Amino acid sequence: MIIDAIDNEQVEMLLNDVLEAHGYDFLEYSHASIKRRITRLYSLDSFVSFAEFRYAVKTDKQYFKRFLEEITVNVTEMFRDPTFYKSLRNDVLPVLGTYPFIRIWVAGCSTGEEAYSLAILLRELNLLNKSLIYATDINPSVLEKAKKGMFPLNYLKGYSENYVQSGGLKDFSSYYTANYSLVKFDESLSSKMIFSTHNLVSDHSFNEFQLILCRNVLIYFDKDLQHKVFHLFDNSLEKLGYLALGSKESLDFWANAKDYKRIKNEKIWRKL
Amino acid sequence: MAETLAQGKCSALVIGGSAGSLDVLLEIFPSLSININFPIILVTHRKAGNDSLLTELLKNRTSLMVKEAEEKEKLLPGYVYIAPADYHLLVEHNHTISLDYSEKVNYSRPSIDVTFQSAAEVFKNEVVCILLSGSNSDGVEGLKTVNKYGGLVLIQNPETASMAYMPQQAVNEVKPHLILDSFKMAGYINGLIHK
Repeated sequence: MIIDAIDNEQVEMLLNDVLEAHGYDFLEYSHASIKRRITRLYSLDSFVSFAEFRYAVKTDKQYFKRFLEEITVNVTEMFRDPTFYKSLRNDVLPVLGTYPFIRIWVAGCSTGEEAYSLAILLRELNLLNKSLIYATDINPSVLEKAKKGMFPLNYLKGYSENYVQSGGLKDFSSYYTANYSLVKFDESLSSKMIFSTHNLVSDHSFNEFQLILCRNVLIYFDKDLQHKVFHLFDNSLEKLGYLALGSKESLDFWANAKDYKRIKNEKIWRKL
Repeated sequence: MAETLAQGKCSALVIGGSAGSLDVLLEIFPSLSININFPIILVTHRKAGNDSLLTELLKNRTSLMVKEAEEKEKLLPGYVYIAPADYHLLVEHNHTISLDYSEKVNYSRPSIDVTFQSAAEVFKNEVVCILLSGSNSDGVEGLKTVNKYGGLVLIQNPETASMAYMPQQAVNEVKPHLILDSFKMAGYINGLIHK
């Protein structure tokens, strides 16, 4: 990958085009990361000039779909950071279990691995039947994959290890059926999920939740945008609800952080 | 070839290493001068999970501030920032750190290439990058970018590195300014202190 195939001004130009032509605002994303994604896609798709690339992004709807899918990071896994899931299992979900109905928002759910992990936890705590998981992402194509609940078989060994480390006691393979190189997770898990597009940059709050999970999404946003999204989450979270972030993300420098109390060593905060 | 920066000023030092690089770091750190006036970024391949271990090991061997890099944190002189396991580390133009959980590069996250390239773009001819022992070819592309932007490329002598493959690949493909044995590195780094 030629790192300097596209310069900073061209990145700006392209992102302005994307906003004008398609309504997606990436201008407040972390610059170094988004530039790297754009440069990566440019060389991956072997464009001969920036002008040609820009034209395709601006005018070709089909290509823009690919652009959107490739410049957002969709890398995720099941039970990522096992101690985090252990804390959800032991500290958070039992509290939510005292409510008559549990609403959870997985913001930036990508291909759904975290939503399915959560559904498995809820199932094991006998809470799934009174729960609803709203799984949203900016990107319609990853949501299509998430809905299917099908993941590559070769990842399952790692997922299964994560599951055990997070305190899972069942046979992990009881949750899916393997079919050639893919596994399909039990449809009773996805029956409690609602998938929808939602753009954290431009869309508003759409419900009140007791738990919002948004992990490894905010690292791609600049500080100002992070704080806007914290406000959005704050408006979408019930009193005494929980906000869960990625292992390197933090609420600490946000103006209203004092209204939240952090749980032990995990990146989970409770709204006071 | 010049062995110092054209501008004479080091604004950042980036060290990348893989298998066999920990011993080198443990050798270098006790001899680093407390007067170092540029940030040091460390990118090493290691397993996710036991993250604080490397930070603690190095902390005990230097008076410089050693910490795991946090996202959006500003790079400060005299600080050593360790790329967290399982995240790529990029440098923004305002000298803050961005972390990135995107696909592995050279089977690695953090990838040395990613940080070398990003630092080269930002610090141009005021960056020094050192590639240590290792057994894959991460870092080579990054060093090419450093060269292109006029930064300084240092490679650990493959003949004395415990894993020669990574530094050897770099020596073959990149024109380094210096090839150094590990025991000479601390002295060299201290020589980068600017007035």
